[in-house]
Amino acid sequence: MSEMIPTLTLKDFATDQEIRWCPGCGDYAILKTMQKLMPGLEQTKENQVFVSGIGCSSRFPYYMNTYGFHTIHGRAPALATGIKLANPELNVWVITGDGDGFSIGGNHMMHVLRRNVDVQLLLFNNEIYGLTKGQYSPTSAVGTRSPSSPQGSVDLPLAPCELALGAGATFVARSIDTEAKHLSGVVKLADEHRGASFVEILQNCPIYSDGIFENVKNKKLAADFKVEVEHGKPLVFGKERNKGIQLDSQALKLKVVELSETVSEAKLLVHDENNKVLAQMLSTMSGPDFPVAVGLIYRQDKASYVDDSQKQAAEVRKNGISLQELLNSGYTWIVE
Amino acid sequence: MELVEEKLGEHHLDEKHVVDVVVRFAGDSGDGMQLTGSAFTQVTALYGNDLSTFPDFPAEIRAPVGATFGVSAFQIYFGAEDVTTPGDEVDVLVAMNPAALVTNITSLVDGGLVIVDSGAFTAKNLHKAKYESNPLEDGSLDPFRVLDIDISKQVLAAVEPFGLGHKDGLRCKNMWTLGLVIWLFDRDRKPTIESLEQKFASKPEIAKANVAALNAGHAYGETAELPVGIHLYKIPKAHVPAGTYRNMTGATALAWGLIAGGELADIDLLFASYPITPASNLLHELANRKEFRINTFQAEDEIAAVCAAVGASFAGTLGVTSSAGPGIALKSEGIALAAATELPLVIVNTQRGGPSTGLPTKTEQSDFNIALYGRHGDAPMPVLAAATPCDCFEVAIEAVRLATKYMTPVMLLSDGYLANASEPWKIPDVSTLQDFPVNFHDEAEGFKPSLRNDETLARVWAKPGTPGLEHRLGGIERSYDSGDISYDPENHQRMTDLRQAKIAGISSDIPLQEVVLGETTGKLAVVGWGSTFGAIHQAVKRARLEGLEVSHIQVRYLSPLPPNLGNLLAGFDTVLVPEMNTGQFINLLRAEYLIEAEGLSKVSGQPFKIGEILAAIHKEYELMGENP
Repeated sequence: MSEMIPTLTLKDFATDQEIRWCPGCGDYAILKTMQKLMPGLEQTKENQVFVSGIGCSSRFPYYMNTYGFHTIHGRAPALATGIKLANPELNVWVITGDGDGFSIGGNHMMHVLRRNVDVQLLLFNNEIYGLTKGQYSPTSAVGTRSPSSPQGSVDLPLAPCELALGAGATFVARSIDTEAKHLSGVVKLADEHRGASFVEILQNCPIYSDGIFENVKNKKLAADFKVEVEHGKPLVFGKERNKGIQLDSQALKLKVVELSETVSEAKLLVHDENNKVLAQMLSTMSGPDFPVAVGLIYRQDKASYVDDSQKQAAEVRKNGISLQELLNSGYTWIVE
Repeated sequence: MELVEEKLGEHHLDEKHVVDVVVRFAGDSGDGMQLTGSAFTQVTALYGNDLSTFPDFPAEIRAPVGATFGVSAFQIYFGAEDVTTPGDEVDVLVAMNPAALVTNITSLVDGGLVIVDSGAFTAKNLHKAKYESNPLEDGSLDPFRVLDIDISKQVLAAVEPFGLGHKDGLRCKNMWTLGLVIWLFDRDRKPTIESLEQKFASKPEIAKANVAALNAGHAYGETAELPVGIHLYKIPKAHVPAGTYRNMTGATALAWGLIAGGELADIDLLFASYPITPASNLLHELANRKEFRINTFQAEDEIAAVCAAVGASFAGTLGVTSSAGPGIALKSEGIALAAATELPLVIVNTQRGGPSTGLPTKTEQSDFNIALYGRHGDAPMPVLAAATPCDCFEVAIEAVRLATKYMTPVMLLSDGYLANASEPWKIPDVSTLQDFPVNFHDEAEGFKPSLRNDETLARVWAKPGTPGLEHRLGGIERSYDSGDISYDPENHQRMTDLRQAKIAGISSDIPLQEVVLGETTGKLAVVGWGSTFGAIHQAVKRARLEGLEVSHIQVRYLSPLPPNLGNLLAGFDTVLVPEMNTGQFINLLRAEYLIEAEGLSKVSGQPFKIGEILAAIHKEYELMGENP
């Protein structure tokens, strides 16, 4: 007789804490999607751990009725690594933002990715510092006017997915805060990936950077400004599904083409999630000349740091000795 | 008080019965002096002498050959009586080249023995050491007994049968010299031969050459006609309690103490660290001990190291991190997170000369203030200091006990001297160590993360993976009642008071302060903490032999202080506080107990000498109007 396991619902993953994001913040949508997704995941509720740094997005763990740790600015990947090393059974999520993850915490982000620690990193990218009241961030476009850049920012921004790939990430995906179905699908794949999974979520800040992702979020515009990448499928987009991505092999760069009688889908690039060069090109596509790629951009199976660390320890423990034996090991002498 | 050294004038080699000796091996970084010193330590320990060693090496990994800044030295004090320092003045100096001689000759006692490799006293090497004339010929070594041997030539002859080239042959110089010193003090060279054979198991020719060099050096002592006054010394064995002994460095003792602490707490450990001198040995030792309930993580930086340790503690494994001054500064925010969230954490600080990069390979005690006060906000935490290499074992266990029992970060202070110094250790019977098993909370009924023990005030430890205990922790102030975020003004006052009271309360759970040597009241107490133990102990011992009313107090618990310390200190007319900083502990003693105290500061990167503390004791006596 099988034991009855109570089915959990979204509500089981909500806490009694008053949510303190601004009205209209994209974080609400992400939270809802995550709470809804949780009951369907393989891991049990008590094994889910949400870790965050500092920033608007980093309040996230307080609203998830799982284990959670709201830590210090930029360091969530390091804490998550410690948590995972302590107990590899836990399913660890890192919630971070563009400032937390790529400015103050850039170093830890790079290393959690290259070590391939088995955690899911969800980057809420709104291209602005929200919690400190609107300064430009490392992902802000050049010319962003903010309290700390009244004449417009002159820093060149970084591209999170490109950086993740450069750091050796084995799973890189992109989605959009309010696209619940798409986001849910991408996050589920991230959860299933053994290793560090990096998901950039384009997230609207209605207060300080409202509308920066309008082209990819607006139902009327999105079809022409984003391309949903899917492994094995040609890169087609456009309202009429009349546009596609081709490789200009002479120039070694991508180009947008109109589908026609002479340019059929068969002549478009087919997405290969295992192709890192393609992933790098897709991840940096941006408007208005190119559509923004969403979906699973890159995936590769590689050894995970925690697995290998555990294996090494297990190997050594086969020939374990007692503490007393350790103390008595090596050169000793007896005084009578 | 001004730092003055009184020469102890102890001419050990001239005693009728020689009972103790200080030997210093000095040579070029590439001469293998640390290996030579360690090998001599091993045979001396097996011989049955008490001993204390101190490696003194340069920051440069491979300095240019023959340079004064590339001199590496190893000092050992051994004898029949209790030895707690590596010795003030040297009785026997081994100098492998002019640079080693010029940088170390001032430490040799008048009439002491200097052994030099005359083959290395070439014009080029003399120039590099800035000698204008050859000290072996110009009479500048007249105050000493000199044994100048062309060791280079002797070695090349000894290793000739093994077909080594000139360069590889000369690399056996240190073993030839060791053979001679082993003969000089009548030790058994068998353990050295065994280690050489083990070390060079894959290169039997090298092993044979080194053994041949060792034997040749020994044979030289036996057969050569040595200058008058140079002969074999038989030093009596030390009278120490019965038991099994081993030699221990502070770094190894600390590592093993952490392992033992984990076993006694019945908990896994994660040691997360970033390489830094002189703390790295701890990481190396523990990385090699994963057969115990410990894993190691070499993090990308100091901050990641402390954060991974805090993460591990959140997940139910005790996080331990380690560093030296600059790294401790970087860890500050992470330590405060552990204090705010009331998670256990052990931070080992192997102090070195500061500020900034300072003197990475040299010792200092100048992180007292950062240990006690170096955090933002009111974030008190226990601070413990190890006094001797072997004491590191016990103090590490105690740090684990306090961290897990009180759910708090604990800082353990060691230093560059303690980490590298060694002494014999009577191996404890593990079954006699008091355990302190951790109890993880697992009762879902009525659970909230703010539950705490009424007596210790420690918060519950509920680890992820436990059904029904899902909860959130964080750096934002938490409600005393629910553990949820709280910006309530009164709650913050209450939580701040609670954190203070919890740490202050630990003073009732630590041993009363004892007096190491001397009466519990009197004219003068010399109060130390950390690695100054050995020098203070010897100075007080000598002062008491002169009839002075001096006592030695060594404080292990720097925060909170032992509850009786104030009363104890009040029982002395004067208190002298030697520290390897500009007076950090003394400020605490003055502020805490409103006592008159005199400081003695030394920040040269070298440990205190016995004679420096003895001079300060005499000066204190003078100031009190008493004749020493």
